[in-house]
Amino acid sequence: MALLLKGGRLVDPAAGLDTVADVVIRDGVIVEIGEDLTIPKGVTIECAEKVVLPGLVDLHVHLREPGREDEETVSSGKRAAAHGGFAGICPMPNTEPVADEGSAITALMDLADDGFPVQVFPVGAMTVKQAGELMAEIGDMHHAGAVAFSDDGRCVQDSGVMRRVMDYAKMFPVTLMSHCQDDALAGRGVVNEGVVSTRLGLPGYPAAAEEIMIARDIALCELTGCRVHVQHVSTARGVELIRVAKAAGLPVTCEVTPHHLFLDEDMLDLTYDTNRKMNPPLRTAADREALLDGLVDGTVDAIATDHAPHAAHEKQLEFELAPFGTTGLETALSLVNTHLVACGRVTWSQVAQWMCHGPRSCVPLIPEQRIEVGRPGTLTIVDPEARVEVTREWFVGTSRNSAFLGAKLLGKATEVLVDGEWALKGGKVVER
Amino acid sequence: MTAMLSSRHLMTMDDVTADDIALILDTAESFAEVNERRIKKLPTLRGRTVINLFLEPSTRTRMSFEIAAKRLSADGVNFTASSSATVKGESLRDTAATLAAMSCDLVIVRHKYAGAPQIIAEMMDCSVVNGGDGVHEHPTQALLDLYTMRQNLGHLEGLTVGIVGDIAHSRVAGSLVPALRKVGATPIIIAPPTLLPARPDILGAEVAYDFDQVLPRLDVAYMLRIQMERFDEAGFPSLREYARLYGMNMKRLSAAKPELVIMHPGPMNRGVEISSDVADHARSLVLGQVESGVAVRMAVMYLLLGGADSGAAA
Repeated sequence: MALLLKGGRLVDPAAGLDTVADVVIRDGVIVEIGEDLTIPKGVTIECAEKVVLPGLVDLHVHLREPGREDEETVSSGKRAAAHGGFAGICPMPNTEPVADEGSAITALMDLADDGFPVQVFPVGAMTVKQAGELMAEIGDMHHAGAVAFSDDGRCVQDSGVMRRVMDYAKMFPVTLMSHCQDDALAGRGVVNEGVVSTRLGLPGYPAAAEEIMIARDIALCELTGCRVHVQHVSTARGVELIRVAKAAGLPVTCEVTPHHLFLDEDMLDLTYDTNRKMNPPLRTAADREALLDGLVDGTVDAIATDHAPHAAHEKQLEFELAPFGTTGLETALSLVNTHLVACGRVTWSQVAQWMCHGPRSCVPLIPEQRIEVGRPGTLTIVDPEARVEVTREWFVGTSRNSAFLGAKLLGKATEVLVDGEWALKGGKVVER
Repeated sequence: MTAMLSSRHLMTMDDVTADDIALILDTAESFAEVNERRIKKLPTLRGRTVINLFLEPSTRTRMSFEIAAKRLSADGVNFTASSSATVKGESLRDTAATLAAMSCDLVIVRHKYAGAPQIIAEMMDCSVVNGGDGVHEHPTQALLDLYTMRQNLGHLEGLTVGIVGDIAHSRVAGSLVPALRKVGATPIIIAPPTLLPARPDILGAEVAYDFDQVLPRLDVAYMLRIQMERFDEAGFPSLREYARLYGMNMKRLSAAKPELVIMHPGPMNRGVEISSDVADHARSLVLGQVESGVAVRMAVMYLLLGGADSGAAA
């Protein structure tokens, strides 16, 4: 079965590409790249005016299976990923029960084996039940397919435990991902401590609560030599700490989320919109700028969504009671185009770096992907002129708790191919 | 009187203008006279239903609203945390929808969490009064405080009001500071840094750590209650030290302007934020505040429920 992608703008910095050309995919593999290509039989997709990127990967998503299938399942999350242009996703282990042993990773892989071609790269828990006390069976989970380990949603408070986990994990080619949060300092905080906590009478979560743990994990990285990936950095000093660590040659990487890039605490008002309650909280406008600077200078390796689906009735509680998180898989790419590419601040080549190559370099167990002959036919095709209005009905995922409801965005993934198989075609998730 | 307020709700001090405040205080003055009569009742809100939705225990505020509603002949219904479905796990939204289905005209909401009045207003097609939401705001308290100040000092503009104590966890301060600014008074918030919100500068109040330094400038010393029940996370080492640095006592009273008045939203911790002799002193307006509360809440209900169309005031 052959596939011809005709006349798209191929953008891939790793392959040194930014050119209009045709791509032929046969048996799931890229077999030819060039001008005026033809195939004797098979399917031709017109890609004129579209941007063809190597398949995007999201390092940070929450699928709620097992436990909260009403919010998201592995299958629904994969379809939401495709709708947003992602060819691969890394689900966090904070399910019910927590994915803290090999059998849980095996079960997740079985659920992911549903015939729908989005790749799932599981993340296991660092500690048993994510309780921050006993090391989880990292080796077992790694052998079952886990590519990284995180207690995401929680942070190992005991530095001795964290040090032991890092010391142990470094014998495997895995990545430790850290949700950096000093619990005593974050307290009951639900919004950034500062203007918004003062104005809305809500408990504040100071930037320092995040930065202290970033600094600790960098120190432990130096002590143990274990690779560490800082999840959802949200503050200017957090980025600066990582910049300095990288300059010192430490194996530290990090990600930022679209909501921390494109929203800030000033967007919280007396409507107490719980879709804008996230952890870490929305920070200041200056922090936002620092995150973007971090992306541009290479301090920040990846854009990851922290896709956090929640049931409507739980998000509709009082702000202090509602769960943290916004969905993100379906809006990320459109947001990046709207706020960064379309206005000329960044290039598609940078987007490919932050949403494809960067994530893969943070987690070496996720295979590299390039638009190159001999590589898998795993691609994301974007229509940069497509108009998107973010309404509840527009989403494919099970939950609709988006911080961007009501936004009018520019640009949308129209096709996602994984090993030559369609996950998204003509803007629609392929039914299987 | 055909005057109306600019908003149909009183959820935060943002809902009222300086003109609204003047109207509420003037209206309250005419109602205060009713409260002196032997028959303390007006037919003004006859047939209107007022729900006291008190999801956090509060006897004093609830009683004040309840009496205010009764004196205006409204049908008042209490919905309190202990009697409610909330203990069975019903959400605030569902509670509000249930109340909306019974059609009422006004809901007074008191809740442990900030933003609760906004949820009620979203779900119900009636006026909403915030009776205190978390540590955010408590607008009728601020209005009754302004009323008390005006009654006793003759004016509001130009007054310097020191608000002393746990500003960070005080919904009273949350409303009183903007209220004072709207009427042209000068609020000074006086507290140790541990009892201040993260960004006191944005409140538009002067900030002082040293009570004694600013005391001579004050026309009003407004003493906030120290919440003994959350002492484990208190921002000071002992009640003794707090009383010494921030308590109002006879020594401080004598160092202040001779016309200084003392206020407190109650209930008082005698010997902590206010000494017993000051609490009972002629310059303490504490009971006057409670008395004003009824008249001011009558005025708020009357004005929110359409003022003149429900009959003349006094």
